[in-house]
Amino acid sequence: MYAFSYQRPKTLAEAANALKAEDAKLLGGGQTLLPTLKQRLARPSDLIDLSAIPDLKGVREVAGGLEIGAFTRHAEVGQSEVVRRVIPALAGLAGNIGDRQVRHMGTLGGSIANADPAADYPAAVVALKTVVVTDRREIPGDDFFTGMFETALQPDEIVTAVRFTKPDQAGYAKFRNPASRYAVVGVFVAKFGAEVRVAVTGAGPSVFRADALEAALAADFRAEALDGVAVDADGLNADIHASAEYRAHLVTVMAKRAMGTLE
Amino acid sequence: MANPNGIGASVRRLEDQRFLTGRGRYTDDFKRPDMTHAVHVRSPYAHALVKGIDATEALAAPGVVAVLTGADMEADKVGSLPCGWQIHSKDGSPMKEPGHFPLARGRVRYVGDAVAVVIAETREQARDAAELVMVDYEELPAVASSTRAVEGAAALVHDDAPGNVCFDWHLGDKAAVDAAFARAEHVARIDLVNNRLVPNAMEPRAALGEYDASNGEYTLTTTSQNPHVIRLLMGAFVLGIPEHKLRVVAPDVGGGFGSKIFHYGEEAVVTWAARKIGRPVKWTADRSESFLTDAHGRDHVSHAEMAMDKDGRFLALRVSTLANLGAYLSTFAPSIPTYLYATLLAGQYKTPAIYAEVKAVFTNTAPVDAYRGAGRPEACYLIERLVDIAAGVAGLDRTEIRRRNFVPAEAMPYQTPVALQYDTGDFAKNLDIALPLVDYDGFAARKAASRATGKLRGIGFATYIEACGIAPSNVAGALGARAGLYESAEVRFHPTGSVTVFTGSHSHGQGHETTFAQLVAERFGVPIENVEIVHGDTAKIPFGMGTYGSRSLAVGGSALVKAMDKVERKARKIAAHMLEAAESDIEVKEGRFTVAGTDKSLGIGDIALQAYVPHNFPLDELEPGLDEQAFYDPKNFTYPNGCHVCEVEIDPDTGVTKVVAFAAVDDFGRIINPLVVEGQVHGGLVQGIGQALYENCVYDESGQLLTGSYMDYCMPRAEDVPSFTVRTHEDQPCTHNPLGVKGCGEAGTIGASAAVMNAVVDALSAYGVTHLDMPATPEKVWRVIQAARPAPALAAE
Repeated sequence: MYAFSYQRPKTLAEAANALKAEDAKLLGGGQTLLPTLKQRLARPSDLIDLSAIPDLKGVREVAGGLEIGAFTRHAEVGQSEVVRRVIPALAGLAGNIGDRQVRHMGTLGGSIANADPAADYPAAVVALKTVVVTDRREIPGDDFFTGMFETALQPDEIVTAVRFTKPDQAGYAKFRNPASRYAVVGVFVAKFGAEVRVAVTGAGPSVFRADALEAALAADFRAEALDGVAVDADGLNADIHASAEYRAHLVTVMAKRAMGTLE
Repeated sequence: MANPNGIGASVRRLEDQRFLTGRGRYTDDFKRPDMTHAVHVRSPYAHALVKGIDATEALAAPGVVAVLTGADMEADKVGSLPCGWQIHSKDGSPMKEPGHFPLARGRVRYVGDAVAVVIAETREQARDAAELVMVDYEELPAVASSTRAVEGAAALVHDDAPGNVCFDWHLGDKAAVDAAFARAEHVARIDLVNNRLVPNAMEPRAALGEYDASNGEYTLTTTSQNPHVIRLLMGAFVLGIPEHKLRVVAPDVGGGFGSKIFHYGEEAVVTWAARKIGRPVKWTADRSESFLTDAHGRDHVSHAEMAMDKDGRFLALRVSTLANLGAYLSTFAPSIPTYLYATLLAGQYKTPAIYAEVKAVFTNTAPVDAYRGAGRPEACYLIERLVDIAAGVAGLDRTEIRRRNFVPAEAMPYQTPVALQYDTGDFAKNLDIALPLVDYDGFAARKAASRATGKLRGIGFATYIEACGIAPSNVAGALGARAGLYESAEVRFHPTGSVTVFTGSHSHGQGHETTFAQLVAERFGVPIENVEIVHGDTAKIPFGMGTYGSRSLAVGGSALVKAMDKVERKARKIAAHMLEAAESDIEVKEGRFTVAGTDKSLGIGDIALQAYVPHNFPLDELEPGLDEQAFYDPKNFTYPNGCHVCEVEIDPDTGVTKVVAFAAVDDFGRIINPLVVEGQVHGGLVQGIGQALYENCVYDESGQLLTGSYMDYCMPRAEDVPSFTVRTHEDQPCTHNPLGVKGCGEAGTIGASAAVMNAVVDALSAYGVTHLDMPATPEKVWRVIQAARPAPALAAE
């Protein structure tokens, strides 16, 4: 990697101040950023490590759901008794991200701010009627992801927490890339009264809601309701691991499997 | 009393303590005073002219000591990396052998080809400066696949290799095969691809060059499976350094799988540069460099046909293979798709006539050479896929067609029509042992149970035989090898009875420090902890051809036995002298030398002490010392063989294949350490399963490597494989080496891919699938199911 200045602020204010440096970058768990630096694909002037800021950490039960600090690691979310009780599907998602090493380093805030199209968390953020809390405002989860590796965040904005709404029922299933363990397709299904949200990650340039699947499940909230419901392959991702057509097929298959994990 | 750590004991590996606690000493761990670091500037293009190299900015960068190029090497008369095996084409002409320089001279031929080396005080400084070296490339058309390389319009990788052909070789009796096909009742046919693989040793390649101006001696520390071979090739052909001025050390090496047999350009670069700048130079590959520049494996495209009589008996086999050699000839590249491949096409079957043609071609990709199994997995995969298809054509059960065509045990030794003579093997016995291990009779019920849950289940067989113990030098020489393939050993008893063994074999994960010590413990009754195995240093070892081709025990172990024979003869003389008896009256058992019919005896420890304290030796007849050396050149190859059975379950909704059971029955001859053998088999099976289901090295048409990291190149994980059932039997020992051993290092890799794919095709047979190329990725499996839906057999139920 190229040389950079390393900083480890103790407060959010210090972090925000440090981020004013030209080409400064925030460091969460580093699961994307560090490999990028090692391959010399990025050259930040400063790396601002958020790991020493207590306000960014932890899981809190709040009215109607959960608030999870941005610097909470996937393994902590996966193993949290509170998350398991309030939104078990979210604990399941976090507990199956990547591999053990990734889960013990990677963070919620880092994952959503990076907005990798194949990351797991974006599916939960879109499906669970969330609010992304930053150092200056609250962004509805539905508006947070704007494209491939693109979000609504300003360059100097810091995600501090995400508020998740407790659904009546939810489930998540993914088809893992055998090599990278990222989601080739991940589908999060959540039911709030009569409303059903089906958020799909991995398949497209950015997380999206699958209207046809939502309509089918709103009418009949059973896996069988998805039989024969096809997802359009147009605009989906294609690479050496999976064509757009295969991904489209997997969206329906994974949605059915998510229905099989409802809690 | 037999030694508890002798032959047949599952002694835990003595070397593992140091490996598991991070105390191994690998090339990159070596640090020298005043050491510099090298980083290579590598071509981003698959094929380009190098019109100029401007190092001005790089030379001015912090910490930079030197920037060296191919022109500097040329000025110093550095030679081309030599090829160790020469093949002649059908027409008698020698293979095309284009120059292969450590740093490119005017033209680059694959992504990763080195054009310059930057040497700096630190590795990061060298990396920074490497980005400042301005190379003026003029991109040329490239060709990456072997099938495109032989098309008329394809770009030429080397101007002096028309049609990109290195050689067009054949083996066998074409007329006899044609005649057999003319009278065949049934013919089975297959077109298949043996997918290209990246070796992925855990330790990346590294090299540290040193030069001592006071005595003119060079030292190269390198990640090699055969340091003496590197000394010979680099010293004699590339740098012009005589053996006595060049020491090559291969310390702990973290896996090779063949990829560290070869002499690579970086070794020559650091050795040459160390003298040029007067300081030690170290280079260590990062993982991306490993993907780009380690010699790859496999990459065959083949067509094969089997002629049968009405009863499914094999009459003749016809094979045509296109082998991708990459951009340059790696050290042993020409031997892999020829004498290590086509000579194995008889497999376990008494096919009376075989004819194989192999066209080997250059492409703008990394060089291709031996990778675990090296030619033999390609042969096994082709034969065993074809035999499954033949079973369908002849209407026979897949076990029955194999039984019907096996070379029977009583026909041994058996001369195949493709040059080899098998010494021992009982192939039917392997199958007999294997079938109950997988409950073959219960398969139909398991298949039905899978179907009830919407899954497809299949079972597949692979029988294999390999030629190991490479090799009788006279045979290898006649077939084009430019080296002998013997092994050396020296056994040195010290005055207090401890032993140092110097072996020309090299351990890079195989466990020689344990198994070789067991041989000494067994022979002389010494405690195993008193035996040290030294390997990997040309300054210590008499000579060595190294470790590959499952040869260490069969060849290196046999050399050790010969050296121990000599030690015993000497010790007997000493014992006779000390016990005042005739030499012929001394009986020897497990290191105890006894005067026959008396209780007068001496242990080897007493004899060793006397050997070094010879106060009253009859010096005219008896020299002091107990230190003997031997070279062993094998009489024949050894022929490990076995039967692998794989059971898979496929999820038709996703196309995911899961290996649910795997049994391997192997005949490795006599077993020295069952635990080490089982470990070797496990590792081999995982690599074979990896090729069948996960691993695939992909270049795009322009020659860019698309699978250049673990994000895209899929290595098998522990969770991807089942708990293996592994069995060996020892009643068919090798007949021509003193230990009766055959070798076990590659067997798992050789049998597994075919067994897995035969199981996958079996599971998909209801959809009319008769073949699928590796790897059987989820999308590939899903697509064949989609293409056939609804499956007739399933729809009928």
